[in-house]
Amino acid sequence: MVNATAEATRIERAWAALDAVPDPEVPALSVRDLGIVRDVLDHGDGIEVVLTPTYSGCPATEVIEQSVLDAMHDAGLGPARVTMRRAPAWSTDWMSEDGKRKLREYGIAPPGPVAADGARPVRIVGRRAELVPCPRCASPRTERLSAFGSTACKALYRCLACAEPFEYFKPI
Amino acid sequence: MQTSVQLPTDPALQYLLRIGDTCLILGQRLGEWCGHAPILEEDIALTNMALDLIGQARGVLTLAGQRCAPVLDEDQLAFLRDERDYRNPTLAELPRSDFAFTVLRNAMLSTWLKLLWERLRDSRDAELAGIAGKALKEARYHQQHAADWVVRLGDGTEESRRRSEAALAMLWPYAAELFDDDAVDAAAEAGGMGPARSSLREPWLAEMAEILGEVHLPMPKESGFRSTGSRGVHSEHMGYILAEMQYLQRAYPGGAW
Repeated sequence: MVNATAEATRIERAWAALDAVPDPEVPALSVRDLGIVRDVLDHGDGIEVVLTPTYSGCPATEVIEQSVLDAMHDAGLGPARVTMRRAPAWSTDWMSEDGKRKLREYGIAPPGPVAADGARPVRIVGRRAELVPCPRCASPRTERLSAFGSTACKALYRCLACAEPFEYFKPI
Repeated sequence: MQTSVQLPTDPALQYLLRIGDTCLILGQRLGEWCGHAPILEEDIALTNMALDLIGQARGVLTLAGQRCAPVLDEDQLAFLRDERDYRNPTLAELPRSDFAFTVLRNAMLSTWLKLLWERLRDSRDAELAGIAGKALKEARYHQQHAADWVVRLGDGTEESRRRSEAALAMLWPYAAELFDDDAVDAAAEAGGMGPARSSLREPWLAEMAEILGEVHLPMPKESGFRSTGSRGVHSEHMGYILAEMQYLQRAYPGGAW
């Protein structure tokens, strides 16, 4: 039988260990900052970490899974396992405020809020690109260079005030 | 030589293959642009979208494989089927041609996929609904991006206009297949797995009319031509794309890195 206090402590230790697992594509963020850790369960004989993928084709998913297992092992919480939960689908709204601040400091503009239901109707006429302030000089005078960037989750922007190009984490 | 996998004729399996193969084959076609797009940003955008599509294909083909006995994994389904067992509509497999052709096909298929994923969120199959919830978010970006380009080229230079018109004339007849119901659709609808394709026709036409109308590209009239890729009878281009996709697994069975 597992002692209730000890169990809580193991789960707390697991969450703390997850704070130190970076997203391999954006190492400024931990997997917790990113909002992809959906649950941590202690089954007595091992810890289960429930993750949700960011994008269907994100090549970082498998690396993250392994890093999580390694972190659990290093924290003395093994054997651990990772399960993937697809629904509800990950949203950038799940990114922590702390995570958004870290992103900005890293030079990536954090995602704005996702529109209600995330619906993006095709709007050809009079469509305005989202207002994305420059993460370096905070100027709102920026322009989009490309809807897709170095990874699926980012778009390319340029600041018209300080002339720096930067990436924008797209709301999804 | 690795032999091909054999598939049962279960309608639910066919329904899943039609979705998964559309993502797989379109993803492969977009991947062909890697290093060839007109500008670097588009090279990145097309391959990013290819990555999303391959990811979506992985999810759906994994589900499809669970309906086979013995169970097949996503790789066996992607690389070890014979041509007739692929169920993508012919539109997805047509050679990539020029950039106007590519962005118009992307607009047509991402609009179709977006509408399909929207409906599949309510699938009685919880796994499929989960895949759809994620894929929908991605498809919205794909559609917006493709529509932006259709407008830019349709409204661009004489040359881009000419190419846009040519692409529309070439691609449009292949759209009819996307909405032709058969027993597979009837079974999916009756079982609550997903919508019959005919129900996507009106919303698809409305969204395409909005995109094409913006640059006054007249929507072509429907012809009597019917492509048949989603029944497994493909165009002459399918063998070539499969040869490229399958070469490694056929020559070095189980090869991995």
